[in-house]
Amino acid sequence: MNVALKTSQPGPAPDRLFAVARDRLPGAGPVAQARARAFEAFAQQGLPNRRIEQWKYTDLRAKLGEVAPLAPPPGDTALAGAAAAVKKLAASSGALTFVLVDGVYAASLSANATTVPGVRVRSLREFLDDPAEAARAEVLTSGAGEAMESLNAAMATDGLVIEVAAGAALTSAIRLVHVATRSAASAFTRSVVTVGRGAQATVVEQFVAAPGAAGYQSHDALVVRLAEDARLQHVRLMEEALDAANISHAYFTLDARARLNSFNLTRGAGLSRYQGVVTLAGEGGELATNGVNLLGGQRHGDTTLLVDHQAPGCVSREAFRSVLDQQGHSVFQGRIVVRPGAQQTDGKMMTRALLLSDEAEIDNKPELEIFADDVSCGHGATAGALDQTLLFYLMARGLPEVDAQAMLIEAFVGEAIETIADDAWREVAFDAARRWLSARD
Amino acid sequence: MALLEVKDLHVRVEEREILHGLTLTVNKGEVHAIMGPNGSGKSTLSHVIAGKPGYQVTDGEILFKGEDLLAMAPDERAAKGVFLAFQYPVEIPGVATMTFLRTALNAQRKARGESELSTPDFLKKVREVAARLSIPQDMLRRGVNVGFSGGEKKRNEVLQMALFEPSLCILDEMDSGLDIDALRVAADGVNALRSPERAMVVITHYQRLLDYIVPDVVHVMSKGRVVKSGGKDLALELEASGYAQFEDAAA
Ligand SMILES: Nc1ncnc2c1ncn2[C@@H]1O[C@H](COP(=O)(O)OP(=O)(O)O)[C@@H](O)[C@H]1O
Ligand SMILES: [Mg+2]
Repeated sequence: MNVALKTSQPGPAPDRLFAVARDRLPGAGPVAQARARAFEAFAQQGLPNRRIEQWKYTDLRAKLGEVAPLAPPPGDTALAGAAAAVKKLAASSGALTFVLVDGVYAASLSANATTVPGVRVRSLREFLDDPAEAARAEVLTSGAGEAMESLNAAMATDGLVIEVAAGAALTSAIRLVHVATRSAASAFTRSVVTVGRGAQATVVEQFVAAPGAAGYQSHDALVVRLAEDARLQHVRLMEEALDAANISHAYFTLDARARLNSFNLTRGAGLSRYQGVVTLAGEGGELATNGVNLLGGQRHGDTTLLVDHQAPGCVSREAFRSVLDQQGHSVFQGRIVVRPGAQQTDGKMMTRALLLSDEAEIDNKPELEIFADDVSCGHGATAGALDQTLLFYLMARGLPEVDAQAMLIEAFVGEAIETIADDAWREVAFDAARRWLSARD
Repeated sequence: MALLEVKDLHVRVEEREILHGLTLTVNKGEVHAIMGPNGSGKSTLSHVIAGKPGYQVTDGEILFKGEDLLAMAPDERAAKGVFLAFQYPVEIPGVATMTFLRTALNAQRKARGESELSTPDFLKKVREVAARLSIPQDMLRRGVNVGFSGGEKKRNEVLQMALFEPSLCILDEMDSGLDIDALRVAADGVNALRSPERAMVVITHYQRLLDYIVPDVVHVMSKGRVVKSGGKDLALELEASGYAQFEDAAA
């Protein structure tokens, strides 16, 4: 199914989009001003099209058509649908679950984090409405002023603000579940995670649809800061409805010796863009960012990553896999920037695509921009079909063709999924991949 | 009824005929050796029996237990009891050997309408066979054949053979790349599987392997045909006089 809305059908003018939503957007004073500025930045640029270099392969103006109007706040039916959808999802035992329904924090479906030592969780609404929070406008100005980032900042209705205290070693994962119950409407969410000095945490994001939700849009942003020596395992599993659109941004900033392991699975949505920026701001930071795109039908999945080495002695590793069937289209843009002075940088990026059909398409755009002289950086890319020799070996041992293919595909994406350090979440990710393998949609 | 009947088989690869009317009959309980120089079509025959794509059978037939083998997909042939120990076993990174063995065994059982083997039964069986073949447990946890030596790869083939209990085992150049100790371990594993219910076709270039796996029948292949068949002494004869005498017979 094609998610592109008809461009000939004029939607609400950009100004109206904001004007209509304004009353529902939390935060007064500096927050409201930041939103207005962000909206202005979006309105001036409009939806990005292929003439914008960064959006060359994912022309939102053509594919999305327009930004759907803000979804109404969830009522009882929506909450019940969301509760059922969350219940069906697998999770690690003891995970602290927080649910956002159509972009609105649902306390009734969420854990009570006040009892868990070392972590504080609030809704973004509460955070933005709190005049005592001096930094509250800052969370809306994380991006570089690019159109979709600006739109998210302007329109974010809710999200979570998660603060892990210095030195805390959380044993339970913190889990954010985004549930869509709406059709033909948008949700805008923005969440903030800070991991204090020397603290350790696992944060999981899941995007799913309640039964019946169709043709909707999810616009999300995640803003993460790791203080010195902090460690974070981040797992993002995107399983939106297959005719939905998901436009997400993630910003990670690592202070000295912080370690981030971030994994993304794109298994849902007909149109998606996952745009990540990782800034290695302090000496000795370590980053592993891995991803898998599973795309069949006419689905289009774009992963765009920028790894910005600003400090010396940091290590970054990117492993990206895509598996494409029918007319699936995967885009991977990976850029490693090494700033002057970021000596002894060790940055490697590898992307591999498996094409199961002649009509599938992959666009790979790796880029290295190096402004320091003592560095070791590299990237590689491959694309190809399943190895027929391996396939025959498995079949000669009794595996029917589809099972043999599934085994090889699972091994292929497994190289990325295996990087998830947490056993339980690694299995959840494998299960999500297997769900796609049995449907290839 | 013969277990395997290959009748007047003509096979082409990319428009070139490789097998020119090959005939071979194997009964259960028998061990046959197929010897022949490089390029005579031994691997081609084994691949066509196992169902490898890329070969066109232009004439002739292959019957297995009286059924038309060429009409079956490779996985159906495996479930019916055909097993090919490959000359060059492939490496499959990311698929743990144990997972592979269990999936394959259960797929075969399912195709035959048998129930899946329980995990404890499966583990017990694998451990027994592995111990017999001196295959360490950590090898089973690794990716299929990944980082295995030549000898380990061949032993892994014999392990599968023992586990799947096929009625026809075709061993393609099991001796290639093996030193004498590795060869002995693998051959012992094969000999342990000899049974009145099972037949083996041992393909080899050298007579050496046949000192360890003693055949009932020896066939000489040359240029895509079986040009001579005889008892186990034929192998010794070949060792002494070489293949040259058969080049003319095949022409
Ligand atoms: N895939 C292939 N493509 C082209 N020629 C092939 C292919 N496989 C085998 N052949 C040719 O067929 C002949 C027989 O090869 P093969 O069956 O491997 O012989 P053997 O196993 O007896 O050494 C050789 O001439 C070889 O070059
Ligand atoms: Mg050969």
